[in-house]
Amino acid sequence: MNFLSHLGKFVITMRGMFTKPENGKMYWKEFMHQCTDIGVGSAPIVLIISLFLGAVMTVQTAYQLVTDLIPRTTIAVIVRDSLILELSPTIISLVLAGVVGSKIASELGNMRISEQIDALEIMGINTKSYLISPKIIAAMLMVPCLVALSIVVALWGGRLTGELAGILDTATYDRGLREDFRPFNIVVSMSKAFTFAFVISSVSSYFGYNVQGGALEIGRNSTLAVVVSCIIILLADYVLTILLLNA
Amino acid sequence: MITVSNLKKSFGDKTVLHDITNEFYPGKCNLIIGTSGSGKTVFLKCLVGLFEPDSGDIFYQDQSFTKMAESERKELRQQIGMLFQGSALFDSMTVEENVKFPLDMFTRETLSQKRKRVNEVLERVNLKDSNKKFPSEISGGMKKRVGIARAIVLNPKYLFCDEPNSGLDPQTSMVIDKLIKDLTIEFNTTTIINTHDMNSVMEIGDNILYMYQGYKQWTGTNKDIIYSKDEKLNEFIFASEFLQDAKQMRMIEMKEGQNNI
Repeated sequence: MNFLSHLGKFVITMRGMFTKPENGKMYWKEFMHQCTDIGVGSAPIVLIISLFLGAVMTVQTAYQLVTDLIPRTTIAVIVRDSLILELSPTIISLVLAGVVGSKIASELGNMRISEQIDALEIMGINTKSYLISPKIIAAMLMVPCLVALSIVVALWGGRLTGELAGILDTATYDRGLREDFRPFNIVVSMSKAFTFAFVISSVSSYFGYNVQGGALEIGRNSTLAVVVSCIIILLADYVLTILLLNA
Repeated sequence: MITVSNLKKSFGDKTVLHDITNEFYPGKCNLIIGTSGSGKTVFLKCLVGLFEPDSGDIFYQDQSFTKMAESERKELRQQIGMLFQGSALFDSMTVEENVKFPLDMFTRETLSQKRKRVNEVLERVNLKDSNKKFPSEISGGMKKRVGIARAIVLNPKYLFCDEPNSGLDPQTSMVIDKLIKDLTIEFNTTTIINTHDMNSVMEIGDNILYMYQGYKQWTGTNKDIIYSKDEKLNEFIFASEFLQDAKQMRMIEMKEGQNNI
């Protein structure tokens, strides 16, 4: 019952966004601000995580491929496909659910509690449209960019570690990266990134926008936003993988 | 002028507003007073459309606010300014950006015209040289004044103030009261103030509505209130022994004055 009630409120909140903007310039300004916040603001953590993700993947894959019957290029092939299909979109989105999701929820929650949302409503501004839609659109644009950046950096991290740890030289690694490459995997990766971006931004906005109470509830709703986003991301990951790769 | 007729509002089983009918006049400070939980804030939120009443009507001049389409409400809202209890300034914006926000959203003026208007209203509320400060860098009284500046920047016909003096010292409270009163007279706005502050009641209460447990209990002016025979109003106004004594002294003085004549 509680789930259905939340689902209903979520749909009403999302539906409320679709109105004509009061002033396109102000919406554009807010959208650019969100792009900077979500994209540029999250880039450092994405870079650090991706670098180590690629490095660890390379070492672990090499550790499991002990036989000489399998060519060393296979390490790069496995690292590449794992990163593109699963690790970069999912792990980075889970991290962003924490970083971006909690920020969105607490920002909107604070605006609700301190009556800033009421102030906007009284001015005649559709707050759902002005506050939530730029966040969702910015996330859907920036999260795929961050995932793409993550793939590149992780692959580079794997290449660097392979060379430094003496697992495989860079030429072999590069040959492995090009071996049997399927461009469709990028489509799968970006589909996941788009979906997860919507989940993170909309779920966090919903929990933040509908905060009732005080500071305690802001914290509770922010945590709830992150937890629910992570669960939905994992479910969506499973469904998308089945739909896109199981045909 | 704002007219309210038979306004009712409930939350679940609890009725918060019972059949409120009242008029709020332009060019006057219309005060809503009452104890905590008497329904003042709910009433104010119904008036500005943050809560939808269960029944009854609210008229802005002759337009029914409750029956208005959302697009009409949006237009009307540009004639409404509101000062919130906690000022509700946007944390991420400077004082100037806060005040400029309604101009950015609803006018097509150039940047220099907007800046000129912002400086005019900031000067009007005695806040020069604070343009670049953030809300976290200014005092509670200054925040209230920025809130007032933002509320009046579009020259509203209707000004709503929710507990404008809460958290302020008596001296700053008087400055805020005087500012609201002056602006009301200067721009002939219909000002509705929700307050607990007895100084405000006595200083600026041109038209007072006393609410008790969701009912309209008493109406009158600040001159009427001191001689009111309404028991519940007297319990509220003269809650402290000091004020009760002050009232008795005043009555004695009045009686003696009449006897001397």
